[in-house]
Amino acid sequence: MSSFWERLLGRRNQTGSGSVAKQRLQLVLVTDRSELPPETIQRMKDEIIAVISKYVPIAHDKVEINLEQRQRDNWLVADIPLLRSAPRNAPVESAPESPTADDA
Amino acid sequence: MSQVRSRQSASRVITITSGKGGVGKTTVTANLSAALARLGKRVVCIDADIGLRNLDLILGVENRIVYDIVDVVEGRCQLAQALIRHKAYPELYVLPAAQNRDKTAVSPAQMVRITDELRPQFEFILIDSPAGIERGFKNAVAPADEVLIVTNPEVSAVRDADRIIGMIELLEKRPPSRLIINRVKAEMVKRGEMLSADDVTDILSIQLIGVVPEDETVLIAGNRGMPEPNSRSGQAFAEIARRLLGEDVPHTHTNASQGFFRRLTRLFTGAGARQGSVFDE
Repeated sequence: MSSFWERLLGRRNQTGSGSVAKQRLQLVLVTDRSELPPETIQRMKDEIIAVISKYVPIAHDKVEINLEQRQRDNWLVADIPLLRSAPRNAPVESAPESPTADDA
Repeated sequence: MSQVRSRQSASRVITITSGKGGVGKTTVTANLSAALARLGKRVVCIDADIGLRNLDLILGVENRIVYDIVDVVEGRCQLAQALIRHKAYPELYVLPAAQNRDKTAVSPAQMVRITDELRPQFEFILIDSPAGIERGFKNAVAPADEVLIVTNPEVSAVRDADRIIGMIELLEKRPPSRLIINRVKAEMVKRGEMLSADDVTDILSIQLIGVVPEDETVLIAGNRGMPEPNSRSGQAFAEIARRLLGEDVPHTHTNASQGFFRRLTRLFTGAGARQGSVFDE
């Protein structure tokens, strides 16, 4: 059904190399425009996660931190779900490097 | 839109650039200059590709070069002596590049000085930028009031265009950039095997000023050294020229030209994307 509407609205099929080109370009331009090498981005993500988990327990497996394009601007967009359990007022004692029970 | 701008005495310096080579910068510069001259505008086009000059050849003035831009910069002649008047378009002049020097023979400040000297005499000063992101590009964009980015519906050309747009955004003057998508094959777009003009505009997120179809007339016109206004590409350049003058010319490239009802008909008659149309080569 969606393809009916897509064709009515003039959208092209998504299997041609044209749409592959578009998707690949959109991905590679995010990195090009950020001027940050991928390793640096990964290191930044790890540090952000480490800092936040010092204060609140987070669901590590559901964390998403990505560079996104909005028009010609780069945005760092982070979705960091907090764990509902173990409410604490003080920072989590364990160092971020050492895995906690939550991670397991 | 561009007519209401109040700065400077109606003179506009427009740089044509692309990042990648071979996408049609010189073709665009030559044809757009001719189209503007045909609309009665006084135009000069400058070949900033020092060492690899070609604008003279595409415009058919190669045998009349006496002085070039480096001669002007180094004081061997007056600027007016280096300008070549086009035989078919008396309102069109060409300032050729030097062929036996390199990009460092001219500086960005000298480019600004040359265009400032031309401004009182010309309504449009078009600069044909060399490929790349180095000195030649910097020379070409230094005096720009506006930039036209030329690209092809092809991954490497689009990526390079994006890099160039980013570099222009970092210029002190921040001239507005608009996009020309050159060498579009409507039939391949229809099959889904080529980025459409809308795709490219979407990816690059800058304003589109024109789509030029792939057209063998461009090569033939280059062979002869005379732009051909009565071709499909020639019409596209004429439309771009009118948009530069602020006219609201509707875009007629493939996606936009397929109206709702035409798609509706095709959908219900079961005709897929395969069949041809008047837009085919």
